[in-house]
Amino acid sequence: MRFLLVEDSPDLAQSVADRLRLDGHAVDPAASLAEARDCLAAASYDLILLDISLPDGDGRTFLAAERRSGRDTPIIVMTARAEVSDRVDVLDLGADDYVTKPFDFAELEARCRAVLRRKGTALQTVQHFVGLTFNPLNASLSVGGEVRDLRNRELRLLEILLAAPERIFSKSQICDRLFSYAESVTDNAIEVYVARLRKKLEGSGARIETVRGIGYRLTSG
Amino acid sequence: MRAIVLALGLILHAAFAAAFQVEEETFFPATGDEQRVLSILSTTDTVILRPLIAGFQARRPDVALRYTMANSQAVYAAVHDEGLSFDLVISSAMDLQMKLANDGFAAPYGSTATAGLPGWARWQNRLFAFAQENVVLIASRSGLGDLRLPQTRRDLIELLRDNPDRFRGKIGTYDPELSGAGYLFATQDARQSDSFWRLAEVMGGLAPRLYTTSNEMIADLKQGRLLLAYNALGSYAEPRLADDPDAAVIELEDHTLTLLRTGLIPVAAEAPDLGGLFLDFLLEPEGQRLLRDEAGLPPIDEAALSGRPHLRPMRLDPGLLVFLDGLKRRGFLDEWNAALSRN
Amino acid sequence: MRRAPLSLRLRLVLQLLGIAAVLAIVLYFTVRTVADQAAEATQDGVLGAATLAIAERLQGGDDDVGVDLPYEAFSILGSISADRVFYRIEAGGTTLTGYDDLPLPEAAGAAVTPVFYTRAYRDTEVRIAAVGRMVLVARKPVPVLVLVAQTRQGQEAIAQRVAQRAAALGLGSFALAAALSLLTAGSVLRPINRLADAVGQRGPQDLRAVDHPTPAELRPLITALNGFIARLRGALSRTETFIAEAAHHIRTPLATVRARAEIAMRQSTSEDTRETLRAVIRAVEESSRSAGQLLDHATVVYRSDRMADERFDLAKLVETQAEAFRPTADLKDLTIRLSGTDTPVIVQGDRPLIEAALRNLLDNAVKYSADETTIDLSLTGGPEARIEVADRGRGLSGQAQARLSKRFARGENAGDVIGSGLGLTIVEEVAAAHGGRFELTEREGGGACARLFLPLG
Repeated sequence: MRFLLVEDSPDLAQSVADRLRLDGHAVDPAASLAEARDCLAAASYDLILLDISLPDGDGRTFLAAERRSGRDTPIIVMTARAEVSDRVDVLDLGADDYVTKPFDFAELEARCRAVLRRKGTALQTVQHFVGLTFNPLNASLSVGGEVRDLRNRELRLLEILLAAPERIFSKSQICDRLFSYAESVTDNAIEVYVARLRKKLEGSGARIETVRGIGYRLTSG
Repeated sequence: MRAIVLALGLILHAAFAAAFQVEEETFFPATGDEQRVLSILSTTDTVILRPLIAGFQARRPDVALRYTMANSQAVYAAVHDEGLSFDLVISSAMDLQMKLANDGFAAPYGSTATAGLPGWARWQNRLFAFAQENVVLIASRSGLGDLRLPQTRRDLIELLRDNPDRFRGKIGTYDPELSGAGYLFATQDARQSDSFWRLAEVMGGLAPRLYTTSNEMIADLKQGRLLLAYNALGSYAEPRLADDPDAAVIELEDHTLTLLRTGLIPVAAEAPDLGGLFLDFLLEPEGQRLLRDEAGLPPIDEAALSGRPHLRPMRLDPGLLVFLDGLKRRGFLDEWNAALSRN
Repeated sequence: MRRAPLSLRLRLVLQLLGIAAVLAIVLYFTVRTVADQAAEATQDGVLGAATLAIAERLQGGDDDVGVDLPYEAFSILGSISADRVFYRIEAGGTTLTGYDDLPLPEAAGAAVTPVFYTRAYRDTEVRIAAVGRMVLVARKPVPVLVLVAQTRQGQEAIAQRVAQRAAALGLGSFALAAALSLLTAGSVLRPINRLADAVGQRGPQDLRAVDHPTPAELRPLITALNGFIARLRGALSRTETFIAEAAHHIRTPLATVRARAEIAMRQSTSEDTRETLRAVIRAVEESSRSAGQLLDHATVVYRSDRMADERFDLAKLVETQAEAFRPTADLKDLTIRLSGTDTPVIVQGDRPLIEAALRNLLDNAVKYSADETTIDLSLTGGPEARIEVADRGRGLSGQAQARLSKRFARGENAGDVIGSGLGLTIVEEVAAAHGGRFELTEREGGGACARLFLPLG
C-alpha cells in the first residue's frame, strides 16, 4: 500500500514511516498541510494518515477541504487528543477512522484494511500462489474455486508467508506480527495457527513447511 | 276622654314660676299603667289638641300627659328666660319658635316622620311644622249689607274709606303690641306689601278694636260687635263659623299669609324621647288626619299651597328674627301706633 | 442568617403604592382645603353682605343711633343653609341691640370692609363678620360696630360632603394607581424576565455573548454578564487547550518511542533485547491508556456538571462503537456479536458521556477476553435502556463490583493486562449522572457481564 503520512513531528514521522516500510508499504511523509497538498497533487495514495495539529493549520480543515473537493482517498486521523468530542468531530468531517497515539501498528494495519475493505477500493491485492488465490482485503482464500474463510491471525500468517514464498520466517518474526508486542507468546501459540492454516491450504498445492529450529516457509513443494 | 283640670297644680306651678303666666294646665293620666309623664307646653287651646292627645294615649297607654297652655310670649319666656323643662313646645308664634331654635334652646331631633316634611316646613332638625293655617279676613255679610265682599286689601281700603261710618268701631284686628301672633302677622303683612300701612292708617281712623286672640275676635264678630275681623286665624274661624251663614271667611287675593304651627323639643327636656314621639304622632298620617278632622287644623299639605298662589307661607328662616329685635320692634310699633292715631 | 432581599416586583409595587398613597392623601387634603376655603368664602360673602346691609341702614340722630335691620339681610343668610344667626350692634361701647355676648373682633374699631373671624359661641362655633361705621349723634361722630354671625353647620355639611367625595376620589385614585403599579411593575420587569429566560434556555455549551434587546438600564448587567461569559469561555478554552496540548505533547513522543521499539524488536534476534523492548512497549501502552482514561474521566467529571440534554438513538451509538472496536477485536480473533440494535432505543442525555462509558466497557471486554472468543453486546429497550457487554474473559474472581469500580483499583487477576483501573469508575459515574445504574457480575460459564442501565428518553 502507498501511504501519505501527514505528521509534523520529524521523529514520529520517521519512526512511523520506517515501521510501515518494514511491512512492505510505501510511505511519503509530509510535515505540513502544504507539503501534503503537493504530494497529493503529484501522486495518488491508497491511504492518508493525518495528524491534527500541524504547523500551518488544523488537520481537520484539510480533512474537510479534501472531502469538499470530492476526493475520496481514505483518511485515518492520528490523534493525540483522545477526547470524546474530537473523535466524533473527525468522523463527522469525513475521516474514515481514527487511531489514538501512540498506536499499535497491528491495530493500525487492521484499521487500514478495514477502511479499504469498507471503501471497496479496487487494490491490486489479489495474490496468486500455485493453486491458491488470496484476497487479504476480504480475508478470503480460494482453492480451485472453493472459497475458504480465514480468521484474522490465519490471514496475517498467510500474508507474512506469502510476502516471500520459499523464504524462511523465524518464529519471532512471525510472532511479532501475529501477536501484540505487549504479549509474551510461546512458540506453541504459533504452531496452533500454522496447523490451522495448513488445513485451510490443503489441496492448493501450497504448503507450510516447518524448518526445524529456524521457522517456517511457504512452499509449493 | 277624661280630663282633669288641676287647679292645685296650676297654683303651685305659678308659685315657683311667678313670671310664667299659665292659662291652663291639664293632666291626662295614662290609660294603662302609668309609667312616664310627657309634658307639653303649648299656645294651642287644649280643646283643639284633645283629640290628638287621646289618639296618642291610645297608642301609648303607658304615658301620662301634662298639657300646659300659655300665650306665645309666655311660652317663649318659659323656655328662653326661665329655663323651665318641657318635653315638647308647640307654638303658633313662628318668630319666637325660630328664635328659640336659633338661640340654641331646641334639641336636634330626627325620625322618619320629620324626614318626610318638605323643606319649608322645618328648620334644621330642630323646628318642625305640623299645621299650616291661613290668616284671613272675616266679614259679616249682614253687616256689609249690599256692599261687595272685599277680595283684596285695596278693595278693603276702598270699602273702609267709602263707608267710614258703617265700620267705625266695628273693625277688629290683633293688637301687635300685646299679641305675639298679631305682631308676627302685622310685620309679615308689612313685608309683603305697602298696602298694609295704608290699611293701618285707614283702620286707625275708624277706631279699631284690638284683640289678643282670634277666638275673641271671632266671638265678637258672631255677636255682631264686629263687622270685619282682619288677620284672624282661619283655622279658628272655620270650625266656629261653619254653621254661621252670616260670616264670610275671605282669603285676600293680593296675599294671604300662611302660619306654620311648629313644635320643638327643648334642650332642657326631661323626656325628650316622649316629646319626639308626640311630635312624630302629629306628623304621621293618623295624627295629620286627627288634626284635620277633629282639631280643625289644616295639616301640612304642599299641594294646597302650590294650588293657591296667593298663599304665602311664612318662611322658617332667620329673617323672622329681625322683627324680634328690640329696636326694630320699637320702630315698628311706633310706626303702627303713628299710623293708627294719624287721623 | 441573612434575610432574602425583597423581590424587585414587590419592591416596585410597594414603592409605587407608597407614592400613590401619598398622592391620594395629598389629593384628599388639597380638595378638602380648597373646598373648605370655597365654602368659607361663600359664607363670608353672604355674611359680609348682610353686615354691610345693616351698616348701610344705620342712621344718625339727635340722641341715638338709628338701626333698621333689613329683613332680607337675615332671610338671605338662611337661603344658603339653615344655620343659626346671631348679630350685635354696638355704638360707642354699648350694645344697642342683638346678642350682647357675641365676641367682638380682636382689632378694635373694625374696618369699613367687613372682617371675618371664627369664634366659639354658646354651644357652637360661629363665623362672624364685623364692619365699622361712624355715625353722627348730636353732631358727634359715634363709632358703630355691626356684627353678624352664623353657625358653620351648613359649611360643615358642605365640607363633610366634599370630604366624602375627596375621600372617594383619593381611594379611587389609589385603587387606580395600585392597578397601574401592578401593570407597571410587570412591564418594567418583563425585559429582565425575558433576559433571564433567554440566558436560562441556553444549552450548557452555549457561551456566546448575550445579545438580547434590553432597555438601557440593563446594559451594565448585560455588559457584566458578557464579560463574565467571555472570561469563562477563555478559561474553559484554555483548560481544554491545555489538556489537548498536554495530551499531544505526551502522546506524540510516546508514539515515536513505540514505533521505534517495534522497529527495533523486528530487527532484533536477541531474545533478551526483545524482552526489554516488549517491556518498553508495555510501559508505553500503559501510560497512554492511563492518559486516555484520565482524560476520559476528567471529561466525565467536567461534562456531568453541564450535561447536554439531547434525545438520541442508543442503538446507532452501540452499533458505531461495535464497528469501531471490530478491528481491535479481530487482532485477537474475537467476535463481537451485536444484538438488539435493529430497532431504535431513544434515550435522553449526553451522548459523548454515554459513548465514553460504552467505549470503556468494550475496551475492557476486548482487553480481558481470551483469544478467539465471543463478546456479546446487546441492547434492550424494556422499561429502561440496557446495554449488556458479556465476555469470556477471566471474570471477576469473586471481587465485589464496588471495589473494582473504585478509582485506580484493578482486579487482582488483571495481571499482565494493561489498564489503569479507571474504566469502571467512568462507567459508574456516567450511569449516575444520567440517573441510571451499572452492574458488573460474573458471567455464567466464565467471564464477566457488565450492564449499563439508562432511563428512556
